[in-house]
Amino acid sequence: MALKNERDLGFKSLLLGVLLTLGLFGVSQPAKAEYADVVINNYADAAGMRPAVFPHWFHRIRFRCKVCHADLGFKFKAGGNKITMAKIIDGQFCGACHNGEVAWSVENCAMCHSGIPGTPTHFHGSTLQRLVAPAYRPLDAKKASKK
Amino acid sequence: MNYKNKMISVLYAVVIAVCGLGIAGQAAAGSGVSEVRPLLLAAADVSSANIFNRNLKKPKKHNPPPPEDGIHDTSNEATFSLQAPLEAYKGLPKTTFGNRVDWVKAIDQGLIKPRWDRLDSNEEPFVMDLDIVRPVKASVPDVVFPHRQHTEWLFCSNCHPAIFIPQKGANQINMSAILLGKKCGVCHGKVSFPIETKTCKKCHSKPKPKDWKPPLSEATLKNPWK
Ligand code: HEC
Ligand code: HEC
Ligand code: HEC
Ligand code: HEC
Ligand code: HEC
Ligand code: HEC
Repeated sequence: MALKNERDLGFKSLLLGVLLTLGLFGVSQPAKAEYADVVINNYADAAGMRPAVFPHWFHRIRFRCKVCHADLGFKFKAGGNKITMAKIIDGQFCGACHNGEVAWSVENCAMCHSGIPGTPTHFHGSTLQRLVAPAYRPLDAKKASKK
Repeated sequence: MNYKNKMISVLYAVVIAVCGLGIAGQAAAGSGVSEVRPLLLAAADVSSANIFNRNLKKPKKHNPPPPEDGIHDTSNEATFSLQAPLEAYKGLPKTTFGNRVDWVKAIDQGLIKPRWDRLDSNEEPFVMDLDIVRPVKASVPDVVFPHRQHTEWLFCSNCHPAIFIPQKGANQINMSAILLGKKCGVCHGKVSFPIETKTCKKCHSKPKPKDWKPPLSEATLKNPWK
């Protein structure tokens, strides 16, 4: 009885140890999503929805940048368009297409709201995010900013 | 008794974790470790900061499907209805950066036909073939900005005048600004190809004249080599 307990204990701690090691490695693994995926989370979390995820790769196979960034007025800034559901159902932003005419309609909430809760608005795989240290400051930066 | 058991169990766990780290550390350091030392000792007295790559981050997997990409929630069933990038990229020309697809070739070869108009799939883009050469002070090849590849995707108003004044040489551009997401970096490093060693020559594409030498810095001009 006592012996069995001790074995149990050994096994349990082995398991715990292995888990601990894995855990320590797991923490430092960065998310590696597809290049140019955008998580949009200005409001979604606060309203109890998962953040929206916008895949550039998927859309650029179907549309040139011009359609969204010139015709539909999406600014080149993640989170900078202050997209809300009110605007979407009025045919703005995602709603210009996700209306059951150009693409599937807006009631497919979970197709867009598929992000891990708590993920901040960000652009995935951007060069700036991947820099090991901040970008360099040119020597003449002061001169340039005085002009 | 219970308390003691728990303590032993925690101790075991910590020892095993440390051992594990030791093994992993040595594995990471490569096969160059010649001295055979007890693992525990090695872990205890050698700084764990000496891993081979302190700052290099290489993704284990490229173009992961949405459920494995770290940003999609796997407790959301629709996540599994989303398309996997590799499924879509089949047959498209490859690169080794960004989406790992050569989007310029894909359009030029007619392999994809993204719409220029939201509704009309027959509308043609307004393409302008005008190269702008920007000489670079440094030793890297000069920059050629090609309007053609850009106007396949973008409209003039995407760049002019908010990002670039439409006049040759009127814009101050340097790599710092680009890396920080300004000028060419508004798109490059975000959606269009990223800024990394493999892509420098896509922009820096016009070789310097044969007799070109890098200008000497003032400090060297004042204190010439002996
Ligand atoms: C075509 C994609 C898309 C679909 C489909 C969609 N949404 Fe959204 N939704 C968004 C985007 C983008 C935002 C902005 C996210 C942010 O900034 O937090 C948003 C924001 C929201 C917000 C917070 C802002 C607000 O308007 O109050 C809620 C709540 C929301 N959506 C609920 C829903 C529900 C419920 C559905 C289904 C009926 C749905 N969404 C379908 C893209 C979508
Ligand atoms: C189907 C619509 C659509 C298409 C097509 C599209 N984009 Fe976007 N783009 C978006 C959305 C949505 C965002 C995020 C905006 C937000 O969060 O408010 C975005 C954001 C961006 C950003 C902002 C990055 C930052 O700094 O935060 C850039 C740059 C960009 N897109 C470039 C492009 C380029 C280049 C193309 C063509 C290859 C393209 N986009 C095609 C919809 C589109
Ligand atoms: C210019 C039109 C257009 C706009 C604007 C647009 N989409 Fe789409 N989207 C499409 C089309 C077309 C599809 C493909 C529909 C189909 O499969 O039937 C699609 C599909 C998707 C998909 C599913 C991809 C897959 O794996 O099948 C998601 C997610 C999505 N869009 C999110 C968004 C979000 C979020 C926005 C707004 C930020 C947005 N879209 C704006 C046209 C658009
Ligand atoms: C991707 C961004 C981008 C787009 C899109 C773009 N341009 Fe440009 N354009 C530039 C850059 C960069 C320069 C060079 C500016 C410099 O050298 O300082 C330039 C320069 C010019 C010049 C000046 C040429 C000269 O010799 O002085 C003209 C004219 C011009 N563009 C017209 C257009 C027109 C017309 C379109 C649409 C068909 C267009 N551009 C689309 C980025 C762009
Ligand atoms: C998206 C296009 C693009 C890419 C990619 C790019 N550059 Fe540049 N680079 C430029 C432009 C534009 C300039 C400014 C040229 C000028 O002076 O007008 C520049 C300038 C430079 C300079 C001169 C110093 C300075 O900051 O102005 C150096 C050195 C340089 N680049 C190195 C690199 C290296 C190394 C890489 C690869 C990691 C690289 N570039 C990738 C566009 C690019
Ligand atoms: C508004 C967005 C935008 C800006 C700003 C921009 N580019 Fe681009 N560029 C693109 C897109 C989109 C492509 C298509 C290829 C891709 O997406 O990777 C492209 C392609 C290119 C190519 C062609 C590569 C090939 O394979 O033929 C070169 C070279 C280039 N860019 C250089 C520059 C330089 C230099 C600047 C700054 C002076 C600049 N770009 C600014 C969006 C942009």
